[in-house]
Amino acid sequence: MLDTVMQQAPAFFNPHNLVFILQAMGRTLGMTIVGCTTGFVLGMAIAVLRGSRSVLLLPLRLVAIGYVEVFRRIPFLVILFIVLFVIEPLLPGTSLLGIATISVCLLSTAFLSEIIRAGLESVPGRQIDGAHALNFNALQTLVMVTLPQSWKVILPPAAAFVVMFVKDTSLASQLGVIELTFAGKMLVNRGFSPLLGFGAILVCYFILSYPLSRAAARLEKRLAAS
Amino acid sequence: MPHLEIVSLSSRYGSEEVLKEVSLAADQGEVLSVIGPSGSGKSTLLRVLIGLTPPSGGEVFIAGERVDYSSRRSLKGLRGKMSIVFQEYNLFQNMTVMRNVTVAPIKIKKRPREQVERQAEALLAKVGMAHKQDAYPEELSGGQQQRVAIARALATNPEILLFDEVTAALDPERVNEVLETIRGLTNEGITMIIVSHEMAFVREVSTRVAMMDEGRLVECGPPAQIFDAPRQSRTREFVSSILRH
Repeated sequence: MLDTVMQQAPAFFNPHNLVFILQAMGRTLGMTIVGCTTGFVLGMAIAVLRGSRSVLLLPLRLVAIGYVEVFRRIPFLVILFIVLFVIEPLLPGTSLLGIATISVCLLSTAFLSEIIRAGLESVPGRQIDGAHALNFNALQTLVMVTLPQSWKVILPPAAAFVVMFVKDTSLASQLGVIELTFAGKMLVNRGFSPLLGFGAILVCYFILSYPLSRAAARLEKRLAAS
Repeated sequence: MPHLEIVSLSSRYGSEEVLKEVSLAADQGEVLSVIGPSGSGKSTLLRVLIGLTPPSGGEVFIAGERVDYSSRRSLKGLRGKMSIVFQEYNLFQNMTVMRNVTVAPIKIKKRPREQVERQAEALLAKVGMAHKQDAYPEELSGGQQQRVAIARALATNPEILLFDEVTAALDPERVNEVLETIRGLTNEGITMIIVSHEMAFVREVSTRVAMMDEGRLVECGPPAQIFDAPRQSRTREFVSSILRH
């Protein structure tokens, strides 16, 4: 087996294949970054909305609760197919990468909103009372008091989620998006050894997720110390 | 006209009425203490006054002006004139002592930073905390945190200051440092409502004392009346049980 790998290595690591793998890596990274950034922003909005007591916002709150509870319980692969079949007739011509990215955003918003909500709820009510008694409005309380105190609780699981998500984007290969896993499959289909094809993909996933894991661990340590 | 007038104020937690038609008044600069057993509605009274717990009935007037607790604007006006010091200090854990004291005047009242910081330094010196302005609350003892909380409440230049059992969460040896700080404020013209179990302190600093039980006002009068010649049997019973211990 190793003989085959050694024999195929020069042909495998040609510039064309390397660019192909790097492009796939870019798609995996892109889906993760866009998905998690969108998920963080929308997740924050949902978490704040769910914490609000305003009667006027009740219908929106119910929609947000329904969304989070449903999307957290559906497998990512099913979300991918739902989005594919909903988007295709509505917006014909949307690329598969676009559809996969929308799916990633939907899933990460649901999960990250719960992580952020848990963080916001970890801040004692006494802190909020103190802010309200000093005339802080809801936004000022969130920005100056609640959020700074909840990062400690939000960031470690959020970082772990992002790391996990790098790997979960591989399911987009089922739609035909040429991300890392699909690229590996294509290279193997071209006749390269699976050990070589998927070995290279394994290294790429490691290159993407290891620095993230380290950064998350360092952040966790720093926050714990503060 | 009283500076603070409370008329038939009620409040509920769910179906339970925890404050039952309490009426009280305090003149400008008066120190009105509220005593009573735990669960008698003293802290709820303060929370309702500052708008943290909604009233279910009754009215509150400040210098003759009615407070509308359902209006954000009215609440904002109220909290511009009234401050509270909480039992558990409620200092913002993510801010230094200095920032805790200056954040509301700078960010909410939009006063010039330099002026606010000068005032904050003076206030922290007054409560004996000037040397700790760069410390975070968790680095301070309970008594120190409470003194910073008092400085924070004073930094908004309140006309009315509420103290909610401010020594209840402190070690016995830290109680005096906080009481001393409050004692030093009693001649500054600020109307004070003090909820406390420190009877000797209440007797010494109060112009009047209100006794509450089961959400109702039982009796209100000068300290000499409440402690030496209470008119109501419930007051007599409470005061004698407290003084016995």
